[in-house]
Amino acid sequence: MTKYSALSVFRHALNGNKNWARAWRDPEPKTEYDVVIVGGGGHGLATAYYLAKEHGITNVAVVEKGWLGGGNTGRNTTIVRSNYMMPGNTMFYERSMKLWENLSQDLNYNVMISQRGQYNLCHSPGQMDAARRRGNIMRANGIDAELFDRAEVRRRLPYLDYSEKARFPIHGAIFQSRAGTARHDAVAWGFARGADSHGVDILQQREVTGYLWDRGRITGVQTNRGDIRAKKVALCVAGHSGHLAKMAGLRLPIETHSLQAFVTEPYKPLVDTVISFGAAHFYISQSDKGGLVLGGDLDMYNSYAQRGGLPIVEHTLASAKALMPSVSRLKLLRHWAGVMDMSMDGSPFITKTPVEGLYLNGGWCYGGFKATPASGWCFAHTIVKDEPHEDNAEFRLDRFNRGYQIDEKGMGPQPNAH
Amino acid sequence: MIRINCPVCGLRNETEFTYGADANVQRPEMGEEDTQPWVDYVFNRENPRGWHREYWHHAQGCRQWLVLERNTLTHEIGSCQLARGVEA
Repeated sequence: MTKYSALSVFRHALNGNKNWARAWRDPEPKTEYDVVIVGGGGHGLATAYYLAKEHGITNVAVVEKGWLGGGNTGRNTTIVRSNYMMPGNTMFYERSMKLWENLSQDLNYNVMISQRGQYNLCHSPGQMDAARRRGNIMRANGIDAELFDRAEVRRRLPYLDYSEKARFPIHGAIFQSRAGTARHDAVAWGFARGADSHGVDILQQREVTGYLWDRGRITGVQTNRGDIRAKKVALCVAGHSGHLAKMAGLRLPIETHSLQAFVTEPYKPLVDTVISFGAAHFYISQSDKGGLVLGGDLDMYNSYAQRGGLPIVEHTLASAKALMPSVSRLKLLRHWAGVMDMSMDGSPFITKTPVEGLYLNGGWCYGGFKATPASGWCFAHTIVKDEPHEDNAEFRLDRFNRGYQIDEKGMGPQPNAH
Repeated sequence: MIRINCPVCGLRNETEFTYGADANVQRPEMGEEDTQPWVDYVFNRENPRGWHREYWHHAQGCRQWLVLERNTLTHEIGSCQLARGVEA
């Protein structure tokens, strides 16, 4: 792998940018690998990268049915943060935040991490109390959090609706200054290039259609382009975890739902941070190209369709207008949907499964993108050691049997409510 | 926009309805002492890619609970019946 640097950018510019080497290979698969990872999104590629980098396991393949980062990695709203308060979540997401902060240097690939800060707005005294509690838990764990009153929020975000007519008056906000955004495609590409440089084979356009079995143990995958044997098979297919688990005879505490996102026409710099509405499920940031990026609620019914319905378009834009009236004249440029693994408690899984040889990374609900580096890091550890790292110890399937759900929102076993 | 053929009200927009839950899960007998059937009932789902039986509530119509067949890949709508008339 040739190292990227300012000098290499300059040198290639002089040659008309004709001589860049491709960032990763397109190899023919070997017949057997130590680990086959199913799913070439951020999580799968990060797992491959950390398997190689942290554990020296390089006889690894990543099998992807489409193209790299073509699923939820390319469909999210690119927000990274670590403002979680439930034991089991807090330190996992903080590990992710710390990996994000150094990821571009580590990968020698600019993932365009921008720690522009994130506000969670509060619209009632009760919400302010809850935010104070969350902030205290975060700070007790060494994570930055600040609580702002209405006047301070108004000073910092003057373009929100503070009028008498505001449907949900802003009482204040909890703020994490280290939160922000990253360039989601670059995350997939950076991990792919990093994994490939350690010898990991990335196999695109190859869909897993079943497993190879030997006396009750999974020993590889069947694909639409031939079988591949593997000592261990690791699923990173959030959205389709239920589908691939079912092929192995497992029922998961997961439903698949579609989640939409939107981008407006480019506009001059306006929102220099990330803002989450506290009265409805809605958040807004501005991309480097100028488009306002809007995220909303689930469509509420199970769906694998990767496209959303119109009622949520209306709901999201009504939320946008209620929070920030000035957006009403902007036109939407695009809207799209991804399919989410909505787990029964809103928290993910990074774990061995009851099937020997099969490992599961899934159940990410709305929040998979921010978890990408730590998810790969912890999953690699779990695959190699056959036991979880301290930071993903609670992300087990049997937490429901034991009564140890990690229900950050306190919604109960109703997947579309998380 | 999904349009649902309510057996009481006729063809109506999805915005009149509220999605309830998966209609395939069955509650164990109340005397069931093994925990696994209860875990399966409360938490584990088939989550099919394709046809799915599910409860919808016609919240802004006749207020009846319905069992709807819907395809999760295509959003195609199949049969729709009153939930009280359907064997659980």
